[in-house]
Amino acid sequence: MTQKQQSILTKLWDFFCSLKLSIFCLITLAITSIIGTVIQQNQTKEHYLKVFDPDTYELLNSLQMFDMYHSTWFIGLLILFCINLVCCSIKRLPRVWKMVTRPALVPSNAALEAFSNTTERNVRGNLDEVRTRMETFVKEHFAPTRCTETDDGVYLYAERNKYARFGVYVTHLSILIIFVGAIIGNVFGYKAYVNIPEGGSVDKVWLRSGEPIDLGFKVTCEDFSVSFYENSQRPKEYKSILTVEENGEVVVDKRPIVVNDPLSYNGITFYQSNYGPAGSEIMTIKVQLRGEDKTQAFTLRRGEKAQLPDGTSITAADFTQSYRNFGPAARLSVQKVGEAATSVIVFKNFPEFDKQRKGTYLFSLEEFDQRYYTGLQATKDPGVWVVWLGCTLLVVGCLIAFFVSHRRMWVVLREKDGKVQVRLVGTSHRNQPAFELYFDKLKEAFNKQLA
Amino acid sequence: MTSGALFNLVTIGYFAAMVMFIGFLATRNFGVARIASWTAIAGFIVHTVGIGLRWYETYQIPGGEGYAPMSNLYESIVFFAWTILLIYILIEWRYNQKAVGAFVLPFAFLAMSWAQLSLDSTISPLVPALQSNWLTYHVITCFLGYAAFAVACGVSIMYLIKVRKEEKADDKAGGILSLFPSAKILDDMNYKAIMIGFPLLTLGIITGAAWANYAWGTYWSWDPKETWSLIVWFIYAAFLHARITRGWAGRRAAYLSIIGFVATVFCYLGVNLLLSGLHSYGG
Repeated sequence: MTQKQQSILTKLWDFFCSLKLSIFCLITLAITSIIGTVIQQNQTKEHYLKVFDPDTYELLNSLQMFDMYHSTWFIGLLILFCINLVCCSIKRLPRVWKMVTRPALVPSNAALEAFSNTTERNVRGNLDEVRTRMETFVKEHFAPTRCTETDDGVYLYAERNKYARFGVYVTHLSILIIFVGAIIGNVFGYKAYVNIPEGGSVDKVWLRSGEPIDLGFKVTCEDFSVSFYENSQRPKEYKSILTVEENGEVVVDKRPIVVNDPLSYNGITFYQSNYGPAGSEIMTIKVQLRGEDKTQAFTLRRGEKAQLPDGTSITAADFTQSYRNFGPAARLSVQKVGEAATSVIVFKNFPEFDKQRKGTYLFSLEEFDQRYYTGLQATKDPGVWVVWLGCTLLVVGCLIAFFVSHRRMWVVLREKDGKVQVRLVGTSHRNQPAFELYFDKLKEAFNKQLA
Repeated sequence: MTSGALFNLVTIGYFAAMVMFIGFLATRNFGVARIASWTAIAGFIVHTVGIGLRWYETYQIPGGEGYAPMSNLYESIVFFAWTILLIYILIEWRYNQKAVGAFVLPFAFLAMSWAQLSLDSTISPLVPALQSNWLTYHVITCFLGYAAFAVACGVSIMYLIKVRKEEKADDKAGGILSLFPSAKILDDMNYKAIMIGFPLLTLGIITGAAWANYAWGTYWSWDPKETWSLIVWFIYAAFLHARITRGWAGRRAAYLSIIGFVATVFCYLGVNLLLSGLHSYGG
């Protein structure tokens, strides 16, 4: 390799390791991410053509703006970001590793001078005795010491939280782990949907594309219900009762699932996603002739007609789960012989309501039954645990990187003019101001100890 | 007494504290600053009681089963103001720099008066999607993070004002700016606030993802709210790296901190009010 090639490689390496590239990646990712929140993603061509003129549409489409978070350029940017993370770590980790596993037990004088937290004292006594005292002192106040005897003097070394140095790298690694988890989920997982009518069963779910997936077991929807808060139309709960059978054997029996409580079986999770009516509702209408006790009940489907003895017909015209805030209600179309049809509203919660109408007949809504289908989302994501592992490491790494500092302390003992010169030096790899306060207190204790 | 009445008192309290902090800058009377601090603390205590009372009130409405009062825009804004005060009181206690109050209290006051004057404070029971313990974890972590960023933003504005003065080297002239902490301390406070905010935001995004996974079956769907929280995360991650890069520390870091908070506010309000998505509760 020529020198020129070498220098280009070094430059390239430095480029991929540089903090400037990290900042560039982060800011570019931040700015470009905005696009997808302004342009609605993954809509149909027709939808976009309503918003943009054809030329703009073509341009945006060729830039993959309509699915930008999965576009080549956005993924490319994420890959660049990952390469940067990896290179930074490869460049810096060995030095940090060495610092943690093989600390500078005997730093040079110049290195010691460079640390700003230092204090010195000359004491009477012999070297061994002072050394023992200092070993106990540092152990009591800071951490156990390691002793190195040199021609130049005796060096005691102690440290705390040496693993704090790895906080940054744990954070960086965690981001890569999250990406790995996301890739596993994308490759081996799927997101599918299925609608099951009450009482019905399925053994397949369908992807958005319409492609069916065999579950390998059977899911039955025993029941679906929707409930509302008292006197309001605010939904309270959507609940499906599911039973799972595998090889003819019931493995999950009548397990209720609601919006925040899905059902997992065999790595596939079923979520309550939506619901709808399966067929028309059946209502029971009670009819009473005014002034008489005898009542007659009719069971009708929506649109169905019934005949009363005097020839009057009633039709179940409409039905709703919740009319204003009055609960379930039905609209009947009542037609007397030779007259125009009139509408009558009846409420399940207020059986006496129809009395006010002062008609020949008194109607009330006795019972209704609506068969529903439940809409389930079925998801398989084998990468999700990898993502949670990454997330945990991300938080732990951040906390370590921000709030734990690697603190080191040296005591240098030298014989000098019949006395022992004791020098205490301390340093912290981050949060210097807090360490200074700590060191000042330690200095006081140190002076007391040696006085 | 209702929680609404207490929150009105709180709003007045924060307004008084804000005016006194600004008065302190004008008069340089430390007595005023001390009263301002105590007013802010008193407001914070009433605020805490008010949130507790509203929590109790959620059990009292007909059909109410009780929930942590953080479920709609009104409740979240009130909680946001509370977290701003919490972080501010911590920072003031740590640094004892009174001038910062004049730049942080306005955020809390604006939030409270907006909530009290124009937001719907009706207590409504939770819709199915919100019935989850994740709601509490998610909201608390996010808003503590947001509040830390609000404090960082206030401090960054002070930094930019102060550093211009310091560079001109006419600090002897004194004036209001002499009450500001030095640019070095402001820079440090900015960093500390973001150091608190960043892990909280990270936790907020993660709890949000965990909740989404639990309720909707996807931990990440590039919904505008999710994306904007990630944008905010990118900006502060850039800030943290900028601070250790030559040429990016100081001014540029302060600008990043301000931009970060603007993005935070957009993530919080802009997304709900301007964009559509999964996260449109009570907006």
